[in-house]
Amino acid sequence: MHELSIVCSVVESVQEALRERKVERVEAVNLRVGALSGVLEDALLFSYEIATQGTLLEGSVLRIERVPVRVYCAGCEQESELASVQSFRCPRCQELTADIRSGRELEIKSIEIDEVE
Amino acid sequence: MSARIVELRQGILKKNDVLAGDLRLRFHAAGLLAVNLVSSPGAGKTTFLRGTLLELHRAGRRVAALVGDLETDNDARKLAESGAPVRQINTHGCCHLEAEMIGNHLGDWRLDDLEFLFIENVGNLVCPASFDLGEDLRVALLSVAEGEDKPLKYPTVFNSADVAMITKMDLAEACEFDRNKARANICEIRPGVRIFETSAKTGLGMAEWLDFLNSELGRRRAGAPVS
Repeated sequence: MHELSIVCSVVESVQEALRERKVERVEAVNLRVGALSGVLEDALLFSYEIATQGTLLEGSVLRIERVPVRVYCAGCEQESELASVQSFRCPRCQELTADIRSGRELEIKSIEIDEVE
Repeated sequence: MSARIVELRQGILKKNDVLAGDLRLRFHAAGLLAVNLVSSPGAGKTTFLRGTLLELHRAGRRVAALVGDLETDNDARKLAESGAPVRQINTHGCCHLEAEMIGNHLGDWRLDDLEFLFIENVGNLVCPASFDLGEDLRVALLSVAEGEDKPLKYPTVFNSADVAMITKMDLAEACEFDRNKARANICEIRPGVRIFETSAKTGLGMAEWLDFLNSELGRRRAGAPVS
């Protein structure tokens, strides 16, 4: 359960990014979370409410975009999405592949704010 | 008042990643090989590491180890029996090690004098996967008592590993351990990963593991990327 510390990092980074702006309120924070990031969506959402209390982010919505794992198959010369992280095989030819192109993301994509004019 | 979208595109663990990058540069400059051991609690990390430290120390290699636990310094005392310098990191509830803790505990150790630095992570097969510690090699351990499907249950850790280490092989028969099935499951999650089968108790497989470490150190010192 390291999601609380991850959410605390999000709160810290968002506050840092908004320091120079005249923010009325933060509406939403958008994250991109890869299927291989080792982070649970429910635990992030649960922790968010606690971590944002008493901060500029209080009352804002946390939106999580799940990023699927995509692998490249040298045989097929093609990138494909994996249906699950239980098997790293090209869905076309069933060969194993270690060439991961996405799925490890753990990033803050954007922040939606109301700014004082 | 106007609604606005501020694009950030920033890694959430940026602070850890930056610190881990700094550590990696220090380790490379010193020419040492850093190895991070991850596994569930009870997989045998400490006994395996004690055996590794003992053999390397005996062979005159310059080794040191950091060991992470929520509480107690039991593991540091056990590892120090090898004769190598060891420091305990108590995380007081934190379920994984972070790069900052490593930096803080290196203290006055002269990295230039070391050839190997081992980091024994907190026993946890989930959270340590997300935290880079600046290591060259991440070793995921799996004991024969845990079941052959452990890699399928915890794919993130096994997928992030450079080496898979099957431990407690002396208990394989008693646990009805199916080594072919375990190896196939590891390959399914991390195709091409290097797999070792060891027993710190009987010494099985330890020579092969030590040869591998020495050859990786050789690559590091020659400026080649480690595998």
